[in-house]
Amino acid sequence: MSEIILQVNNLSVTYDSFRVFGRKKSYQAVSDVSFHIERGEILGLVGESGCGKSTIAKAVLGMISHTGEVVHFSKRPQLVFQDPYSSLNPSKTIGWIVEEPLRIFGKYNKAERKRRVADMLQRVGLGSEYLDRKPSELSGGQRQRVCIAIALIQRPQLIIADEPVSALDVTIQAQILDLLLELQKELGLSYLFVSHDLNVIYQICDRVMVMKDGNIVECGEIEELFSNAKDEYTKKLLSSI
Amino acid sequence: MRKNYNYNLIFGCCITAFMAVVIIIGFFYTPYSPSAINAADKLNTPSISHILGTDNFGRDIFSRILEGAGTTMTIAAATVLFGIVVGSTIGAITGYFGGIFDEVLMRICDVITVFPSILLALVLISIIGPGKYNIIIALGILFVPSYAKVVRTEFARQKELDYVRSAKLMGVGHFRIMFVHILPNIKTVLFSSIAIGFNNAVLAEASMSYLSIGVQAPDASLGRMLSESQSYFFSAPWYALSVGGTIILLILGFSLISEGLGDRGRA
Amino acid sequence: MLDIKNLKISFVEKNTTEVVHGINLHMDGGEKLGLVGESGSGKSITALTIAGLIKRQKMEISGEINFLGQNLLDCSRQELRAIQGKDICMVFQEPMTSLNPLMRIGYQIEECLKLHTDLSAVQRKSLALEVMEKVGLPNPEKTYMKYPHELSGGQRQRALIASAFIINPKLLIADEPTTALDVTVQAQIIDLLNRISDAHNIGILFISHDLNIVRKICDRVAVMKDGNIVEIGNTEDIFNSPKDEYTRKLIAAIPTRKNRKR
Repeated sequence: MSEIILQVNNLSVTYDSFRVFGRKKSYQAVSDVSFHIERGEILGLVGESGCGKSTIAKAVLGMISHTGEVVHFSKRPQLVFQDPYSSLNPSKTIGWIVEEPLRIFGKYNKAERKRRVADMLQRVGLGSEYLDRKPSELSGGQRQRVCIAIALIQRPQLIIADEPVSALDVTIQAQILDLLLELQKELGLSYLFVSHDLNVIYQICDRVMVMKDGNIVECGEIEELFSNAKDEYTKKLLSSI
Repeated sequence: MRKNYNYNLIFGCCITAFMAVVIIIGFFYTPYSPSAINAADKLNTPSISHILGTDNFGRDIFSRILEGAGTTMTIAAATVLFGIVVGSTIGAITGYFGGIFDEVLMRICDVITVFPSILLALVLISIIGPGKYNIIIALGILFVPSYAKVVRTEFARQKELDYVRSAKLMGVGHFRIMFVHILPNIKTVLFSSIAIGFNNAVLAEASMSYLSIGVQAPDASLGRMLSESQSYFFSAPWYALSVGGTIILLILGFSLISEGLGDRGRA
Repeated sequence: MLDIKNLKISFVEKNTTEVVHGINLHMDGGEKLGLVGESGSGKSITALTIAGLIKRQKMEISGEINFLGQNLLDCSRQELRAIQGKDICMVFQEPMTSLNPLMRIGYQIEECLKLHTDLSAVQRKSLALEVMEKVGLPNPEKTYMKYPHELSGGQRQRALIASAFIINPKLLIADEPTTALDVTVQAQIIDLLNRISDAHNIGILFISHDLNIVRKICDRVAVMKDGNIVEIGNTEDIFNSPKDEYTRKLIAAIPTRKNRKR
C-alpha cells in the first residue's frame, strides 16, 4: 500500500445557530466521518447540495472547528475554489496574486520570485502576457488556471478541489480536468476532488466517497462503485445521470 | 446614438477647480490685506477698488473671503482626513475581527452619532479650547463614526469572499490581509464618502465659526463672516450675500462631483 | 408554430455589438426543441427575445419571429401582451429569484389566470390546485398557502412550471431550468416536463449548456456558437454523427461513462 498523506478519523462538524429567544440550535453538518488519502491518489467526494462535502473540505484545511482527528502526513494542503469569480482579488494583477505566497514564504529574492511565477503560469497554460492583467480581464477557465497556479506554487502534496469545474462551460471543463490530471502525473500530487457531478467524478477519480446528510454512505474504487453500487442512495444518484 | 455627458461631474469639477484656483491664488496674493482696517471705507458697496465691497471695519470683503475660504477648505480637508484615517482603522479592525471589540467600539460610535453634533462639538471645544487646530480635532472626532461604520460594513462583507480565504491559506497575516488585500477593494466606497464628508465638514466648520467657537477673530473664516454680516444684512446686503454665495459654491462643487461619481458607478 | 427567420439581435450602447447573427429556427406545435450552447453563444438572449422580455430601447432587432402566423416583432404592445404570458410562457433557471418572496405560492400560480382569463377566484383556486397536483407538488391544499422560502429547490421549480403551464400555453420556454437543482431532482423535473408536453401538446424550447440533459428531453437540437446556429437536427442524429466541428468538440467534452480520462 502506498504512503498515506491524510488520515481523517471520526470527523464531526456541528454548526451552532444561536437564537436570542429560544434554545440554541445545533446542526450536525458532518457526522463521524473517517477516510484516508494515499500519495498520488485522486479521491472523489460526491453528494448533493447540503450533504456536508464542502464542510469536510474546510475542516481538513483547518478553516473551521471540528471534533475528531485530522492528521496530515505532509505539508498543509491547498485549496482550489469553486467560484473563479470571487477567488481572485479584483484589485491586484495576476502576477501579484501568484507571487504573494512566495512573498510570505520569504525565502526568495525578487528576481527568483518573478521567475517562479512566470514558470508556474506557463505550467498551467497561461503566457507571460497574463502577469499584468487583472482578474476581471480573464475568462472563467483562465481564472481557474490561475487558482491552480496559486495552489501549486506553494508546493503542496495534497490539493483539495471544491467543485473546481462546476462554474465552467463544458469544453473549458474538459480542459481544466486535463490540466489537473497532467499536473497530477507530473508532480505526483494527491487530490480530494469534491463535486456534485458524478460524471465529472468518473472522469478523473480513482476512488470515490458518496455523502448524504453528513454521512459517508458508500466508498470504493470507481469502477466497482459505478457498476456494483451497494447503497440505495448511490444507486439513486447513478440512475439520475 | 445619444452621447450622455456626465453633466454633474463636468460642472462639479469646473466649479471646484475654479474655487480651488481662486483660493490658491488667495494664499499668495490678495488685493488688500484681509485684516487691514480702514475706518474711512466702512460698508462700501461693491466697486472697482473693492470688488465685493467692504465690511463694517473697512476691510475688503473679497480679500477676507479668499482667506476665509482657504481656511475653511483647509479645516474641512484636515477634518475629513482625520475622520477617514481614524475611522477606517477602527472600521477595518472591527469589521475584520468582529467579536467583543467590535461591539464595544461600535457602541461608542453610536453614542457619538446620537449626540447632537453641535452640542458635542461645544463640549469638546470647551475641553480642549477653541481655535483653528482644535476645531479640526473636535470635528474630526464627530466624523469618525460614519467612516468607521461604512468601512466596517465593507470589511465584514469582503472578509467572507474567497480571495480572503485564499490569502489566509497562503499564510498571509491578518494586518497584511486587511490593509494590503482588502483595503484597495473598498476605494470606491471611500471616495464617495469623502466627497459627502467634505461638504459636511465645510458646513460644520462654518457653523462652528458662526457660533464663535471655531476660528477666532481677527482671522477670517466664512462662518465668522456670515455671523458678522448678519447685523448688516439690510444696510449692506452684499456682505452676507457674497459670503453665503461662496459657501454655496463650495458645497455645490463637491456635491456635483459626488453625484457625478455616483452616476459613473451606476452607468 | 414558431418560425424564426434571419433573426439579428444587437446591443446598442456606445457601439453596436451584434450578438445574434441572423439565425433561423423552426418549431412545430407540441415539439421539444433544444437550444444548446456555451456562455456567450446567444441562446438566452434569443429566448428572452421570443418571450418578449428584453428592453427594446437598448436593442436593435431585425428579422422575423413568426408565432402562429404573426410576426411578434411587428406587433403592437397590446397585441404582444395578449400573446406573451398567455400563449408563450417562460420558466427560468433560478426559482428563488423568479418567485415573489412575499406572495404565497398559490396566488403566484394563479396570477396568469387573473391577467388573461375571466375566471372567478374560486375557479382559479381550483384550477391552481389541480395543476399543482399534476406537477407533483405534495399536498396541494397546504402548499398553496406556503411562501417560496418554505419550499425546497425542486418544489419551487415545480411551482414555477405550474404557474407557466396553468394557462395552457402553446410554447413553454425553459431557460436552464435544471441547472440550479440537485441531480436527483433534475431527473424528476425533466420527467415532469416530458409528461406535460406530451399530455397537453405544449411545445418546449429548452435552453441549456448541458447536452446530457437536452438529450433526455428534446426531439430536435440546435447548437449555437457565438451567435450562430452551427448545427440543427434530430437529437440522436446529432449525438451519433455530429457534422459540425464545434458540435463534435462539445460532445467530446461531455463527461460520461465512456470517456474516462484517468
